Amino acid sequence: MAKSDLKKFFVYSVFLGILILPMVGFPTTSFHAGRAFGVWGVFVAILAIGLIAKTLRGTGGYRKSTAGLSSLFSPASGTIKRIPRKYYISILLLMVIIFPLVANRYMIDVGITCLIYVVLGLGLNIVVGLAGLLDLGYIAFYAVGAYSYSLLNLHFGLSFWACLPIGVALGAVLGCIIGYPTLKMRGDYLAIVTMGFGEIIRLVLNNWDKLTHGPNGLLGMEKPLIYYPSLGEGGLTWEVFKLKSLPGLYYLIFILAILTIIAVNRLDKSRVGRAWVAIREDEVAAELSGVPTTWLKLLAYAMGAAFASVGGAFFAAKLSYTNPNFFIFMESCIVLCIVVLGGVGSIPGIILAGVVLIAVPEVFRELQTYRMLAFGLAMAVMMVLRPEGLIPATRRKREFHEEKQLSAGD
Amino acid sequence: MDTQSFIIQQLINAIFLGSIYALIALGYTMVYGIIELINFAHGELFTSGAFIGIIVLAILQKFGFVETHFILTMILAFGLAMAYVAVLGVAIEQVAYKPLRNASRLAAILSALGMSIFLSNGMMLSQGVSDRAYPQLLSIRGVSIMDARITYGQIFIIILSVALMAALYVFVKGSRLGKAMRATAQNKTMARMCGIDIDKTIRVTFIIGPALGAAAGVMVGLYYGSVRFDMGFIYMIKAFAAAILGGIGSIPGAMLGGLIIGGVEVLWSAFLPSEWKDVTTFIVLILVLYLKPSGILGEDVAETRV
Amino acid sequence: MDGANPILQLEDVHTYYGNIHALKGISLSIPHGGIACLIGANGAGKSTTLLTIFGVQPAAEGKILFDGQPIQNLRPEQVAAKGVAQTPEGRQIFPRMTSLENLEMGAFLRRDKAETAKDLEWVYTLFPILKQRTKQLGGTLSGGEQQMLAMGRALMSRPRLLLLDEPSLGLAPKLVKTIFQAILTINKSGTTIFLVEQNAHMALSNSDMGYVMETGRIVLEDDAKALLQSEQVKKAYLGE
Repeated sequence: MAKSDLKKFFVYSVFLGILILPMVGFPTTSFHAGRAFGVWGVFVAILAIGLIAKTLRGTGGYRKSTAGLSSLFSPASGTIKRIPRKYYISILLLMVIIFPLVANRYMIDVGITCLIYVVLGLGLNIVVGLAGLLDLGYIAFYAVGAYSYSLLNLHFGLSFWACLPIGVALGAVLGCIIGYPTLKMRGDYLAIVTMGFGEIIRLVLNNWDKLTHGPNGLLGMEKPLIYYPSLGEGGLTWEVFKLKSLPGLYYLIFILAILTIIAVNRLDKSRVGRAWVAIREDEVAAELSGVPTTWLKLLAYAMGAAFASVGGAFFAAKLSYTNPNFFIFMESCIVLCIVVLGGVGSIPGIILAGVVLIAVPEVFRELQTYRMLAFGLAMAVMMVLRPEGLIPATRRKREFHEEKQLSAGD
Repeated sequence: MDTQSFIIQQLINAIFLGSIYALIALGYTMVYGIIELINFAHGELFTSGAFIGIIVLAILQKFGFVETHFILTMILAFGLAMAYVAVLGVAIEQVAYKPLRNASRLAAILSALGMSIFLSNGMMLSQGVSDRAYPQLLSIRGVSIMDARITYGQIFIIILSVALMAALYVFVKGSRLGKAMRATAQNKTMARMCGIDIDKTIRVTFIIGPALGAAAGVMVGLYYGSVRFDMGFIYMIKAFAAAILGGIGSIPGAMLGGLIIGGVEVLWSAFLPSEWKDVTTFIVLILVLYLKPSGILGEDVAETRV
Repeated sequence: MDGANPILQLEDVHTYYGNIHALKGISLSIPHGGIACLIGANGAGKSTTLLTIFGVQPAAEGKILFDGQPIQNLRPEQVAAKGVAQTPEGRQIFPRMTSLENLEMGAFLRRDKAETAKDLEWVYTLFPILKQRTKQLGGTLSGGEQQMLAMGRALMSRPRLLLLDEPSLGLAPKLVKTIFQAILTINKSGTTIFLVEQNAHMALSNSDMGYVMETGRIVLEDDAKALLQSEQVKKAYLGE
């Protein structure tokens, strides 16, 4: 093993030790040395595996050790590479569709949550990934969707479907309001301001008792209603079906997620998408080339907000309850983690990250407490080692590494 | 309370609160001045300081040390908290920020955020979600100026803050390393050509900034009597507002900004419903960023000044 | 002048800015104790050459030898420690440090207080106006004063090799004369000077030898006087 790598390994282990130190707890009341070391041990083990893998890869030992395995799989892998992507997607889709039929209630609920976060992640991706605007207050739009549905439904009895467009419109308007002051701001300031806006929204929701019932939240919204025609005695009538069942809700969010995926994909490939790339890479040049940056940036905010709003409305409807604590800053961070770890700008990456990051802690309950801890560390580590994310968007990978190249000679 | 006393009381409160915010803001402004990165983890460094303080005090209390040796207790509590957080700060810089110095801004910001999340959750896991009580060490006896009152505890904190800030100012203005830091902040390449090791000056920045934040953490713990794993968030916002308001990168600016934010908060609480006071700070922050991002004592947003 | 042991040698140096090939294999050899200049059109790569020597824009290939020792892999602060100083393009004054502090930064690596003080006095004799500006912030000085400050700062390290990037840029003719007089004085005190200039006539008239650079390559190398007479140089750079 390279000496410098070993040195780095020890440094990182010590670093983790320093970080973990406060976790040891109070010596007078509760002393959790064991737990702290446990966490430290896990992280160090991961580091060690990474170090070994890197060494093996460097010396070619990796190839040798996996050569045996790969010879078994090579005929298979050849065929795999030749099968077009469409088949994979179809199989995946099929699996997702069949899922509620084979899973229990708990799993379906997890699935629904995953899909909500996928919608959120893709929405945030429009702002961060496509347009390159770091929005740390994204969860505010989610809140707008949830609260607008709740209030409209409770006070005016409007149905879910009627509220959706209203929520989307409100979200888009809020997006523009939040976006407008930030138009001239650079990355860090943009992040802080959007974070501030997100918190303001939450504080308003929390403090404005008259309207939002403050910390108690709003209760009792209707589930989404499905209208379907049926032949009855009087001829053709519309029957109402309350989407109460979990599988029903699952399919609804599934459809919403599919629509989101399609929409984001089309946006990415459209002229708007390309204009966003131009703004992201060099705003000044884009403006000089005649790209209407103001309008496009606001559009990015508005569209991202729209999707979050849809997710929020669904969330409120499913739970029949909403509360300001669902929209804390940490939630914005989680969605951001999903986008970043999955791969900024990469649709498959975000879907994967959304599912993995939400489902894994649910399935392995013991990990639940360490979830955010791992997210935070993973985000920092990812930026250093693999900023493109799990499944990189092809454009982005070049972007991250190109920057490194150009400014290497400081 | 007559008007004069009222004003004096508000002033006292504002100076008290402002000096704490100023200490935290200095951490932001120094780091931003030298590497143009908002250290999102700074709020967590502040909280860590508070927790280390409480751990030290708990140990000392067990040995009955606290009652008898107030000065020594304070030195140990503040000293150890600042030392630990200084090491923590440098460690974070080496691992999460230094490798990304030439990378995209997005990557650096996300890395900082990741560290912030990691630290705050680490503290949540170890110290629990509820408030932790600080031993009641600061005297609530005090002096009265007309009808206004200032406690000895407040006086202690104000004097300590001012002392720390003065020490920092002298260091940055007068010492060789301090000047090297200023030079590095103003023109990195030229500083290197003068033989300055900018890696070293950046490390020193990450020792001093977080240490000051830690001191503020212990002060907050001592004064308000409790700490929580997530108290860093709101202090971070306020301190950041102070740093921006004063002019990011400017050390006197951070001090001035801290006082102003402290003053705004105190005035608001005096006249208006206090549950909205945090919203005010956010709004001030957004207004400043929108109207005059260079702040009061700042000139150019990208450069730094003393 | 010692021609046998050059103080600075570049051998087939290549530098890239990302994908742009800025220096395409340049070689030069500067003897101890004299004044050498590098002239060429805008964008020819003159500044890049100085930045590469200093390690700010590291060479991708090739060797750079300072007094026979390879320095191409050194970081800028290490190059400074070897005894090289630069007055870079744009002067690069520390804008919010006082004039005196700027000069002090030049002497950052020095530990000998008494000698440093002597050098400070010497800088003030070269550029008397700086003495009146000690407490003024660098950014508030005029262009000419900044140029003098930048040169003074470079001198404060008592360099053996002084690199000057466009010392006359943007200055009134009288100031340019002052600057070049100072350059000659500095050289007489034992510092080798390598200067990069767009003002070819001024540069060649004050140097011992010259290099001509075009789009990343050295195309001519000769005695300065010879270059002044050369037809090629006259047409391209002396406007005759």
